[in-house]
Amino acid sequence: MNARLMWRKTLNVTMLSLTGVCVLITVSVLFFILGYLVYNGGKDLSWNFFTRLPAPVGEVGGGMANAILGSLKLLFLAALFGVPIGLLGGVYLSEFGGRTLPFIVRYTADLLNGVPSIVIGIFAYALIVMPMHHFSTLAGGFALGIMVIPTVLRNTESFLSEVPSSLREGAFAMGANKWKMVATVVLPAASRGILTGVLLALARVAGETAPLLFTAFGNRYWSPGWMQPTSSLPVIIYTYATGPYEDWHRQAWAAGLVLLGLVLVTNILVRAFLSRGTSFERS
Amino acid sequence: MNAAFPLMGNSGAAASAATSKSRVAAEGSTTSASGANTLRMKVTKVNFYYGKNHALHNVSLDVATNRVTALIGPSGCGKSTLLRTLNRMYETLRQTRLEGEIALDGVNILTMDVTNLRRLVGMVFQKPNPFPKSIYENVAYGLRINGHVGRLNEAVEKSLRRAALWDEVKDKLQKSAYALSGGQQQRLCIARALAVDPEVLLLDEPCSALDPVNTAKIEELLFELKPSCTLVIVTHNMQQAARVSDSTAFMLNGDLIEFSPTGQMFTTPSDPRTEAYITGRFG
Repeated sequence: MNARLMWRKTLNVTMLSLTGVCVLITVSVLFFILGYLVYNGGKDLSWNFFTRLPAPVGEVGGGMANAILGSLKLLFLAALFGVPIGLLGGVYLSEFGGRTLPFIVRYTADLLNGVPSIVIGIFAYALIVMPMHHFSTLAGGFALGIMVIPTVLRNTESFLSEVPSSLREGAFAMGANKWKMVATVVLPAASRGILTGVLLALARVAGETAPLLFTAFGNRYWSPGWMQPTSSLPVIIYTYATGPYEDWHRQAWAAGLVLLGLVLVTNILVRAFLSRGTSFERS
Repeated sequence: MNAAFPLMGNSGAAASAATSKSRVAAEGSTTSASGANTLRMKVTKVNFYYGKNHALHNVSLDVATNRVTALIGPSGCGKSTLLRTLNRMYETLRQTRLEGEIALDGVNILTMDVTNLRRLVGMVFQKPNPFPKSIYENVAYGLRINGHVGRLNEAVEKSLRRAALWDEVKDKLQKSAYALSGGQQQRLCIARALAVDPEVLLLDEPCSALDPVNTAKIEELLFELKPSCTLVIVTHNMQQAARVSDSTAFMLNGDLIEFSPTGQMFTTPSDPRTEAYITGRFG
């Protein structure tokens, strides 16, 4: 009896410490990356970094203003392409679909999510770059937009299906038709989760390099409008980090820090903003 | 023609006779001008099916104007199903079928526009289901989805007063409805249903999730609503049926066994099964 109790206690302590260690590792990886980026990239961050174009090789200074703006433009396009499709598709799956079709769509979306990002890049290359005969912000944004769709779709669907059916009944009983019910009750009730999902999806693609290599390409200068090749943070990090110059390496660290900061700050701001709204009660 | 709607006297009585006629077409009206004995709703030989499950067998029920009609019976007897036929809420479920006729002020509700029907026949559910919006917007919801824009202060105040909630919430109308207690939430749901000025209010076990104090408040509220609204209440609680209703229908396995004035039902039931149920021998 005593031996058994000892064994149970040991097992309990072991499992508890094991889960604790795993949590510690997860958290420390993020903080390690953050700390390493700050250590290596922090000292090269300056006002110039955000306002200047890259300096010619051999010249000290310069910034990455064009890459920062380029990344923002690409993300804007990705949101413009991907979010409405993913969002409305998710609404359809959760609220309007029958049984067979949603199953197929879900499966397809999961497959699309698993398609390597470089393949998505080739797709955008074939669809937009080839006919236009040049790289463009548009093509890059399109590629990122495709990558956003499955994440937003699945996330939207799962948050919508978490909305209690009693709310749907309540809206129906007030005389709302299905679309009004969805638009005025279900979507607002799930809006926090949906928006968080959208941001996470955008944050993910913000760091994608592969689909941009032969769509948005890169640019040493500003990229006016949407039809020119553009620089972006991930691609410039890739280029600078693999380049031969010490100065480039330091700039790449700084760009990495900016990219991570961009993602973190958006996340924190939106979460703070969303926490003020009302969501449905979980019971 | 006005005489056909003698008890339409909601607080907005001036317009009600005229509007009611447009809301429910007056032709073919079976209601008579004999005051309290008029019928608001008439259920005639209704059979209802969930897929192959025959849930209501040839049920007929008269719902008297500005009276409380209670539906009692053991779980699964079909009382909630019967209630949900009165505003066609069953239509939100797949594979349901209704045969027979249900009339509201002489008009077959199966031929009415469902949005219009649900404005006339409001519903309150078992578990309070306020929308994840402010108290104000919850009450305004029914008016908003019917196309009202802007401030609806008067209508909101009137509905909250009718639901005996105004004094408790008048200083926090913009607060989330979830900040209210369960009993207050249920009264808010009643206010929400009352805002569109329904002729009939269906209550599906409105007190089963509430404590005795809040139950008493709701019951008191039902008395106050009676002069202006026809009420149909499903309840598990026979004492509640005896307290609040004017006539009671006892249901068993999809059959309406007995329908008589409440006093008579609980003192001298005509069917032995009714007697067995109300004396607690089963159910």
